[in-house]
Amino acid sequence: MSSKRDEPKPAAGPKAIEYGPPAVDWETRAYWEGAGRGELVLQRCRDCGVVQHRPRGLCVTCLSDGIEHFVASGRGRVHTWSVVRQNQMPAFREAVPYVVAYVELEEGPQILANVVDCDPDSVSIGMPVVVEFVKTGRDLGVPRFVPA
Amino acid sequence: MSFSGRIAIAGIHEYESRWAPDKTAFQITAECAREALSDAGLSLSDVDGLFGATMSMGAMGMVQLAEYLNIKPRYLDGSNIGGSSFVSHVAHAAAAIHSGLCEVALILYGSTAASDAMAIGTGDTSMRDPGAAFVAPYGMPLISSYAMVAQRHRHQYGTTSEQLADIAVSTRRHASLNPHAKMQRPITREDVLESRMIADPLHLLDCCIISDGGGAVIVTSLERARDLRQPPIVVRGTGEAVCHRELGAPDLTTIAAKQSGEHAFAMAGLTPADVDLATIYDSFTITVLVTLECLGFCAPGEGGAFVEEGGIGLGGRLPVNQDGGGLSSNHSGMRGIFLVIEAVRQLRGGLGARQVEGAEIALAHGTGGYLGLMHSGATLILSKD
Repeated sequence: MSSKRDEPKPAAGPKAIEYGPPAVDWETRAYWEGAGRGELVLQRCRDCGVVQHRPRGLCVTCLSDGIEHFVASGRGRVHTWSVVRQNQMPAFREAVPYVVAYVELEEGPQILANVVDCDPDSVSIGMPVVVEFVKTGRDLGVPRFVPA
Repeated sequence: MSFSGRIAIAGIHEYESRWAPDKTAFQITAECAREALSDAGLSLSDVDGLFGATMSMGAMGMVQLAEYLNIKPRYLDGSNIGGSSFVSHVAHAAAAIHSGLCEVALILYGSTAASDAMAIGTGDTSMRDPGAAFVAPYGMPLISSYAMVAQRHRHQYGTTSEQLADIAVSTRRHASLNPHAKMQRPITREDVLESRMIADPLHLLDCCIISDGGGAVIVTSLERARDLRQPPIVVRGTGEAVCHRELGAPDLTTIAAKQSGEHAFAMAGLTPADVDLATIYDSFTITVLVTLECLGFCAPGEGGAFVEEGGIGLGGRLPVNQDGGGLSSNHSGMRGIFLVIEAVRQLRGGLGARQVEGAEIALAHGTGGYLGLMHSGATLILSKD
């Protein structure tokens, strides 16, 4: 988890991103609660077998209600990425530079997240990564990735 | 029966200043309406269809715009699909006129993005869509969604930062010929590559500028337009499209322009080879590159060579953004209306040094939203009467 201090430290490099609690509704609760437990939870349709992300209340491939959740491997590869070096939003202003990436999961879907614990300039397309989680509050968490 | 060849653009105006701290957005909008009506030889009482979008317009926005102008149109369309909205408004207006729902459509835009110090590319990303929760935690400003498409293009096709820079250089050269452009001093490849990185691989000079501004476009039947003050510019083809993640892994370098362009060319009965010039939404240099490829002006992966060989400059295979584009002339948040206006100006002719000589057919293409995440596209093909 991120910072121990309230004071910004302009000379000491970027601050870690501080993740707030995600916006949760009944369609997405299983995903964010899974992240709170340290699990990457995806949806699969019992009727047509499609794995879908982001989570929804029904399968948007066959429109079935038969959605089930399962714990994904958490392993994937960087599909594409960028280093954000300027962001005026207060939560991110002092966190630059940081990496945003689409990670292609072994199960198929791509998810957007930060890739951390590495030099931003060392990230590349195809790089293997594995999920980790940042707890936000009592029950929820936010997934992100680190080099595998 | 399609409206192709039956509808025309009869009036246009682009707000001349790029800095208007003493004006409200409504005021800029209304002044543009006045000048476009004057351009066409029409009056406000002729307007019976009102179209518009702004970055701040809420649910009652079009009603408020009608109230501000003190008009009572019988057709309203405030559809907002991002910066491309106004390109699609021309299609919506054409359909409405063709089916008798209105006769004179006024399309409007006004913004004080620059004097409001709005951070468009590197600011708030709190989109109001249900998937935003899966984006918001990670600090993904608008530019990063375009940057991630650029990274894929580099990876798949070997496109270089130099080639992207050539788009900014070409557009600035055009801007130097437009006395109203915000940035007129010519730049070099090195200037672009040495400007600071905002989101890899996009530098500051790969990004559009931020300006105040506004515009107005008047659409009516070709028949009526022939009786008005300006030579009619005829609507030949239109197309719209949405592009998003499709639950999985679509090719990020194939953008909405592919679908909207194919529809517009089919309606017009034309091909990319018939087009004399294009106005392409240049939020960032990469936007132009993938739009050229997806509209079929070159094959996928050949956009880098196309721009490197001067293809988008005056005298090139397809001159693009002769007004200086959003990269150098005018980007007041939503640029779509200026794409339509410059295409019409080029077809009317007489623009001096930035005129594409002998231009008969022009294409305008707008991209709205977050390129690598979800975006819209709208294509419009116009011709002389």
